[in-house]
Amino acid sequence: MKRRRFWLSLGLHGLLTPLALLWLAPLWLMLVFSTLPEHEIFRVPTPLLPGGGFFENLASLQADTNFFRALANSLLVSLLYTLGGLLLSALAGYALAVYRFRLQGLVFSLIVATLTIPYFVVLIPQYILVAREFKLTNTYWGVVLPFLANALGVFYMRQVFLSLPSSLLDAGRVDGASEGRIFFQIALPMVTPSLAALALILFLNAWNDYLWPLLVLSQKEMYTAPVALGTLIGLTRVSWGGIMVGSVLMTAPFLVLFLLLQRYFVAGITAGAVKE
Amino acid sequence: MRTKAPFFFLAPYLFLFALFWAWPILYSFYLSFLNTRVYPWRLEPAVNWGRLLQDPFFWVALKNTLFILAVQVPLMLALALLLALALNSALLRLKGFYRFAFFAPVVVGAVAYSAVFRLLFNTEFGAVNALLRALGHPGYDWLYTPGPAMAVIVLALTWRWTGYNAIILLAGLQSIPRELYEAASLDGAGPWHQFWHVTLPGLRPVLVFALVLSIIGTLQLFTEPFLITGGGPGNATMTLGLYLYQQGFRSFNFGYASAIAYTVALLAAGFSFLQMRLWRER
Repeated sequence: MKRRRFWLSLGLHGLLTPLALLWLAPLWLMLVFSTLPEHEIFRVPTPLLPGGGFFENLASLQADTNFFRALANSLLVSLLYTLGGLLLSALAGYALAVYRFRLQGLVFSLIVATLTIPYFVVLIPQYILVAREFKLTNTYWGVVLPFLANALGVFYMRQVFLSLPSSLLDAGRVDGASEGRIFFQIALPMVTPSLAALALILFLNAWNDYLWPLLVLSQKEMYTAPVALGTLIGLTRVSWGGIMVGSVLMTAPFLVLFLLLQRYFVAGITAGAVKE
Repeated sequence: MRTKAPFFFLAPYLFLFALFWAWPILYSFYLSFLNTRVYPWRLEPAVNWGRLLQDPFFWVALKNTLFILAVQVPLMLALALLLALALNSALLRLKGFYRFAFFAPVVVGAVAYSAVFRLLFNTEFGAVNALLRALGHPGYDWLYTPGPAMAVIVLALTWRWTGYNAIILLAGLQSIPRELYEAASLDGAGPWHQFWHVTLPGLRPVLVFALVLSIIGTLQLFTEPFLITGGGPGNATMTLGLYLYQQGFRSFNFGYASAIAYTVALLAAGFSFLQMRLWRER
């Protein structure tokens, strides 16, 4: 029996290891390419070890498009989106979990229903609102505003607050705290790990979002990092080393975060999939 | 307890929700009946939906999207299920390494990995053809022949989303009560029997969830064909998402693009409904 387990285990590792290396290959090659001069990137056989050209590639990326500015834009937009989305989701999720009021079921059903509706259905009216009614093209708010009302966030925060013992909130009420105070000073601090999980997912989504910023941003200096990088990909005379540097700069911080905080990412991704 | 607090807590969210989600859902339905190629726009109920039926580009986009759906989603979910089972197995060591390898693509943005895949599948210099040639195969003109171009899109999507689905399925596996396996084992059920009679039924709700998410995602496929193949060669990798973008934001024909959007929504609703029916508890 023990022998059999050993061989089974060996077989499993033998199958999974090449597959895992294959899965890591695009990320590893992205890193390698970002450090090689152009003629090395296109060498056959494909180079597998990094070189010393990262900063030259960074300079050509910066010459092709103002990537540092784009990174700063991305950071700002993602922070706005995360903080705003977090606050609105937590407030709404709390209201739906803790109180009883008229039309509560309807409100919740409407919000959850949008989770199953393809985003394309709202894309064009959102664009008409942001670009034509509010004239918010080429502004940070134009990128962020439509996504602050995040249905997944509300769904998730409602679940989180439902599991909070109501005796704790009642204790606050006995002490005469206002409802707002109870939310901010008792309820919110108790769910910090869940807030962190949601924050990571919101930030990641905003950071990597491409289609919407592509539509509302036309001025180079307002581009987010994905939009800036996307404009280079189609061009014929462009530094691929530079594009790889851009890809690395966009990806590496999250790979590190993922290594450190995998549990939170997983919690955010599985929100809604598994009933506790 | 009577309090106005929930109203104040909900108000900011509901305001934005009504403005940017509820109203647009209704408005784009209305838009799909407007002729937006004239100024001012006017109501011509058949103009967009009628054109849709006769538009060869739309049918190609629909066919390609459904093809990707039929090939990529089952492939990816089967792989994700095997992966989740492996990662959940007591036989596997170094789980941290394997988890990182397969889950890392979850944090990689579509633009970054599209760029990398474009390089990897470059005809003359790409790593994939270099590998194929080393194995004695001449390689493919990946991005410029229809079949291989589609394969690149499928492979790119599989690379990006298999781990994501494995995460969901793994959480599902871990939520199946241990006692069920112990009971099955006492009844003399072998591993294969346990998989069919305990694991799969236990995973059903999570599998449906992953399937519905994948279908909705694939129906809206845009960034990968936009950046890796540009929808080409010809229209070989044109998807509904890409076609909607072209009609809506290159030609600024909002009415027609809305009709395409609602086609996607109808397909998504149809597939979701089918899933619920097929997988309903018996």
